[in-house]
Amino acid sequence: MIKLTINGQKIAAEDGMSILDAALAHGIEIPALCHDPDLKPESSCRLCLVEVDGRPWPRVACGTPVRDGMVVETNTPEIREIRRDILQLLLDNHPNDCLTCQKAGECLLQKYAYEYGVTFRTHEGARRGGERARFTDTSSPYILRDESKCILCGKCISTCAELNERSVLSFAGRGFETKVAADRDETLEASTCVSCGRCVAVCPVGALIDRRVREKKIRPWEADRQTIQCKACEYGCEYEVLEKGSERVIRPLSPSEGRPLCLKGRLFVEAEVSSELRTPYKKEETEKGRKFVRTTWIEALELDGILDRIAHTESESDK
Amino acid sequence: MVSHINSEERQKEIAAFERDLERIKDGRGMLMLALHLAQNRFGYVPSDVQRIIADTLKVPLSTVYGVVTFYSRFTLIPRGRCDLSICTGTTCYIQGAEELLKEAEETLGIKDGETSPDGNFSLSTTRCVGACSLAPVVTVNGEVHGRMTVQEMKKLLADLKKQYLSQPESNEDK
Amino acid sequence: MSMTFEKLKEIREETLNRMNLRGFPSDKPNAPYRWSVAICMETSCMSSKSPQIKQRLLDLIVRDGKENEIEVVGTGCFGLCEAGPIVIVRPGDTFYYRLDVEDIDRIYESHLLGGEPVRDLIYPESITDDGYLSYFEIPFMAHQERVALRSSGHIDPEDIREYIALGGYEALYKALVEMTPDDVIDVITESGLRGRGGGGFITGRKWRATQASPGDEKFIICNADEGEPGAFMDRSILEGDPHSVIEAMTIAGYAIGSDQGYVYVRAEYPIAVERLEKAIGQANDLGLLGANIFGTGFSFNLEIRLGAGAFVCGETTALAASIEGRRGMPRSRPPYSADKGLWGKPTMINNVETFANVPYIILNGAEAFKKVGTENSPGTKVLALSGKIKNVGLVEIPMGTTLRQLVEEIGGGIPNGKAFKAVQTGGPSGGCIGPELLDTPIDFDRLAEIGSMMGPGGMIVLDEDVCAVDVARFYMDFIVDESCGKCTPCREGTKRMLEILIDITEGRGDETSIPRLERLARTTELASLCGLGQTAANPILSTLKSFRDEYEAHIKEKRCPAGVCKALTNNLTKDD
Repeated sequence: MIKLTINGQKIAAEDGMSILDAALAHGIEIPALCHDPDLKPESSCRLCLVEVDGRPWPRVACGTPVRDGMVVETNTPEIREIRRDILQLLLDNHPNDCLTCQKAGECLLQKYAYEYGVTFRTHEGARRGGERARFTDTSSPYILRDESKCILCGKCISTCAELNERSVLSFAGRGFETKVAADRDETLEASTCVSCGRCVAVCPVGALIDRRVREKKIRPWEADRQTIQCKACEYGCEYEVLEKGSERVIRPLSPSEGRPLCLKGRLFVEAEVSSELRTPYKKEETEKGRKFVRTTWIEALELDGILDRIAHTESESDK
Repeated sequence: MVSHINSEERQKEIAAFERDLERIKDGRGMLMLALHLAQNRFGYVPSDVQRIIADTLKVPLSTVYGVVTFYSRFTLIPRGRCDLSICTGTTCYIQGAEELLKEAEETLGIKDGETSPDGNFSLSTTRCVGACSLAPVVTVNGEVHGRMTVQEMKKLLADLKKQYLSQPESNEDK
Repeated sequence: MSMTFEKLKEIREETLNRMNLRGFPSDKPNAPYRWSVAICMETSCMSSKSPQIKQRLLDLIVRDGKENEIEVVGTGCFGLCEAGPIVIVRPGDTFYYRLDVEDIDRIYESHLLGGEPVRDLIYPESITDDGYLSYFEIPFMAHQERVALRSSGHIDPEDIREYIALGGYEALYKALVEMTPDDVIDVITESGLRGRGGGGFITGRKWRATQASPGDEKFIICNADEGEPGAFMDRSILEGDPHSVIEAMTIAGYAIGSDQGYVYVRAEYPIAVERLEKAIGQANDLGLLGANIFGTGFSFNLEIRLGAGAFVCGETTALAASIEGRRGMPRSRPPYSADKGLWGKPTMINNVETFANVPYIILNGAEAFKKVGTENSPGTKVLALSGKIKNVGLVEIPMGTTLRQLVEEIGGGIPNGKAFKAVQTGGPSGGCIGPELLDTPIDFDRLAEIGSMMGPGGMIVLDEDVCAVDVARFYMDFIVDESCGKCTPCREGTKRMLEILIDITEGRGDETSIPRLERLARTTELASLCGLGQTAANPILSTLKSFRDEYEAHIKEKRCPAGVCKALTNNLTKDD
């Protein structure tokens, strides 16, 4: 056990824990955009910088392990000023779209901007991914991408790479022109993306959106929300049911404890609880590359064999 | 450079490249080397070659693409048969590299980072080739030309144009 | 083949006997040659046709059957690259400069056959009333002290026997046979050697930390990704004396318990790569690399890995990522490379010049090394001197030499009667040092104190024709190009600083420009993930310190005092 002080509060933490996790365990929240409890820390957003032992050089809370006797300040005026500047840099490169953004209400950038009083662009200059918000990849029936909103936190890449055989996403390019690309910078449709939705579940902003939720125009704060488990296999991946009026949609939740998430599971949950059975799509290899094609629910859920068997058995017993 | 050759020759090059890959595939961390081999053989890293590398080295295709686009030496478009590069390191910059670049862009009709549509010329800038005593320097297919002036650049470009525009393409292919 | 000390000595004596014209007296002088001609075979001289000169000379010698009288050696860098291609005729170290291929005919006829040097081809500053100064006596060589470059210019870098002749691989023998790994690390620590890549970290401590880190597999990496523009120290060492690096890496491997090393070299240095490949091959052939070196049971294998044009790969965690075949993006530390470096194993990374000092220290001891230099920065530093300076080239000076000595004496001052403006040290991470600070001694701490940094050793001299704002813009443009894009402050902040600098140089600056720059500079410095971002604003901050008036002239008067910024040329007035 390690004893340290955070914001004057004496706390105990396990050896090897990061400052951020130790703080969080004691209800002290440190802002972070690239941190995810289920992923390795990237320490790229730099928002979680904190003061350690009074030194002028701040350290990232997500990547700094706790040490006995450590004295951490998470909210000094200097630290808050750095965070404000970092948020400003992000907003200088972010379209002003909170009014119509699907992510509004649960967007971390919006949340911290509010908390730190940072407004949209103060600096006229180059903008990555265009001036206006727009979906830059609408090829997938399940996922919408808007590169203009991407803050390059890298969580989508990390979570996709957690399953070796997926690893569809990567950073591409360099510096200011860095972007997230699928395979060789292909559309989600043309790429090897399996539409599991892991990336959507971890995206802190509106860069990756669940298309079926978006199309029902339900934002989380106005919906009744409930977490359920998928019963398609023993993993039991978690999904959230969003209910507004008579509409009910589902979306995958960030996977933990090695749960994979998959399209079949998603459709299984959809079939089970969503208010409307919308056409399922599956990917097929064609001469022109990979294409999403309509399919039937029975095929999508791989029920044909079972249904045949049931029908056969029942007709047998009827005899 | 084999960017402008017919498909049969290309198949041969691909086969040769696959043999190169076979030799290195069991080593540790061979992606960079594989990409160097591809860049040197094809003059760029073609899309299908990225797929071959990914399959042979057993790394995700996205990783291959991510690495290709990270390093400025690897390119996704073919380099010209005449690969002209202007050093824009500090020393060359203060000795007038910008003027040389402008001259090259105007004469060749392509911008920094581009290849002419006929595949004859490509133009790029590089950050210091370490020949600062000869600043400003220009390299042509890796060969260093030092202490360049705009006048000399004009002459060099005229020579290169004569050399590369009069030659049938296949002579240059390796 | 397995190597023994006796065999090493045998090679040494045998080879030395034919090298005595090069100033290395041997016990059994066996001087078959009347003349020894050294021709520089380093990138810069080679681009000025030194290979053709060498070939022409060899042809003449063969034509006349003078093979036993005249020795021709392709060597590494002599230093004064400005005067290349350099040819030195020994005995006498007569210094011929800027030769054309046909000039060698005259030298051959007159000097080598007739004994009469060709006066008009000799470097003018070496001509005195009563003869010629040797190369090593010219003003450029004053103040210089060669440790890292000790063999460069004397030996053929492509012949391991010549390296051995000058005591090469004896340090390795001494380390493996007479010293324990702890002894080796103690000597390196005691010598006070600090990392020559720019950081100035105590080398011995790095070795100790990696040795102490548990693990059955460890790695030694030589960082030869010299990406800083205006720097060619590492390239020159690799081209002129590759074995010094190979020997040092092997010693380091023994000290920390590693049997595998990698040299990460820029692909932009084809000649260095070729020489290094050849040198590794020769060392393997002689049993100085590979299994069971000197019969001690210690084995060390060395491989070359090529960079591909990413400045950030000079950062140790990015470098490791690149060797692993990933994007060269730095990661947050801890864990440190000494604990988890390449492939998650304990890894020790030093730069080329740091390694080049190691055999010298092992052979001569820590005290000998500390005899030159300053207390906290012992030894010498190799610097690449370029820009608006008369003597462009590679120099090695004792730490503590002042910038003034470097610029005015070694460098020979500013050409064309122009006034000195600043010397830029440390590349994109460093700063511009104005005339008021010229008496600063060159060592790690003093340069840091004045807001610049030693950096790897590029020293670019700027004269009055250079605009300080434009230089800051140039470096920021470089950084924006080279930022890996991973962390927010560096990716976004450097771009914004560049945009503000462009605005200033194009006449769109206003009263908010400087405060915004300063604010962004501070955020980028404090919040960036790696050294590249943390130091990215140094060129701005240092020029603001020394040349704030120039920024203000651009902003308030829309005028570029140096007359560089084209958008402001209408308001051009030349300040003096």
